[in-house]
Amino acid sequence: MAIAQTQNITTCRSNGGGSEVVLLDFWPSMFGMRVRIALAEKGIEYEYKEQDLANKSPLLLEMNPIHKKIPVLIHNGKPINESCIIVQYIDETWNDKSPLMPSDPYVRAQARFWADYVDKKVYETSKKIWTLKGEEQEKAKKEFIEILKVMEGQIGEKPYFMGESFGYADIALVTFYSWFYTFETLGNFSIEKECPKLIAWAKRCMQRESVSKTLPDSKKIYDFFIEMKTKLDL
Amino acid sequence: MAKQEIILLDVWANMYSMKVKIALAEKGIPYECKCEDVNNKSQFLLDMNPVYKKVPVLIHNGKPICESSIIVEYIDEVWNDKAPLFPSDPCGKAHARFWADFINKKLYQIGRKLYTTKGEEHEAARIEFMDCLKLLEGELGDKPYFAGESFGYLDLSLIPFYSWFQVYETYGNYNFDLTMSAPS
Repeated sequence: MAIAQTQNITTCRSNGGGSEVVLLDFWPSMFGMRVRIALAEKGIEYEYKEQDLANKSPLLLEMNPIHKKIPVLIHNGKPINESCIIVQYIDETWNDKSPLMPSDPYVRAQARFWADYVDKKVYETSKKIWTLKGEEQEKAKKEFIEILKVMEGQIGEKPYFMGESFGYADIALVTFYSWFYTFETLGNFSIEKECPKLIAWAKRCMQRESVSKTLPDSKKIYDFFIEMKTKLDL
Repeated sequence: MAKQEIILLDVWANMYSMKVKIALAEKGIPYECKCEDVNNKSQFLLDMNPVYKKVPVLIHNGKPICESSIIVEYIDEVWNDKAPLFPSDPCGKAHARFWADFINKKLYQIGRKLYTTKGEEHEAARIEFMDCLKLLEGELGDKPYFAGESFGYLDLSLIPFYSWFQVYETYGNYNFDLTMSAPS
């Protein structure tokens, strides 16, 4: 199991001295996983607070009054919302090790572009796979594979999205890997068959401890999904 | 800085293009503006933005940068010797990015519904659009600009919508001067 569920408050050593870092999250969330990977890459200790999304806590509602969603990073009492914004914040604040963003502004813009592409395209399209049936689901599957192929093309022969180093764009997409088994089972298709290089990239990312210790087991995600589907009658 | 070639692929009424133009003007960067016809997109645009095929696209020494928020951050990072558009601290930056993301995700999509929908959907959009503007007004508060004393990223992300206010007022049946509690 890949998640930290400690309720103990631990202090964090940052280059600026001691600081308190709290993460409001929900273990199957691909967006929450992004933040957990970034925190692990930087070796930042934090308090993990699991949230019940069916019964949102006053803390979550106070820390994210606009969207009322996880993940929320609370650093010394100040909330940061939206997973990609949080990852950039972590990189800028704990900038003494493991840079997550490329140093060149043009390459950095490309990394932001691809993370933004994941945000705009991957989640919404994958949702259609598990909410639609018949012809509409087939259409959604095709669309999903096309999106993955675009990203597979961008990675090309490189080890990671932007080249030799694992970083921001990889973090944005790799968390969906834990949900691939669920999409494949529901949609009755194989992502590896369609996008073998993308799966090779994902497995390469999984060799990093920050990723392998963060991503929950794929079958566990599937079981969670089935339970949620039954409760919500999807 | 050595001589730079900067081209902006643009559509004049596009709010996202306006953001980029403001950023370029703030930095005093000369550029060539190439207007696109949305109904007949140039091969150049399709080559420079093959993923979305949309404006704005900034082409800096032959290299394209797409998506307006990403272009503005790029401009701020490359031409970092004057007129900073972002706060210098990570928390201030995260705050600016959050609200710019809110504007991109919410304001544009809901505003569009004001002139593309009818009936109940239109009425729901009317209310939600006003709620979004009031949230932003609350965020601004009594400050001259969103980040305080200086015009910056969040101001330039929102101000292009001002040029569309007459459209929103007409199709949303609002009067912004009466509805807003403070001059914004």
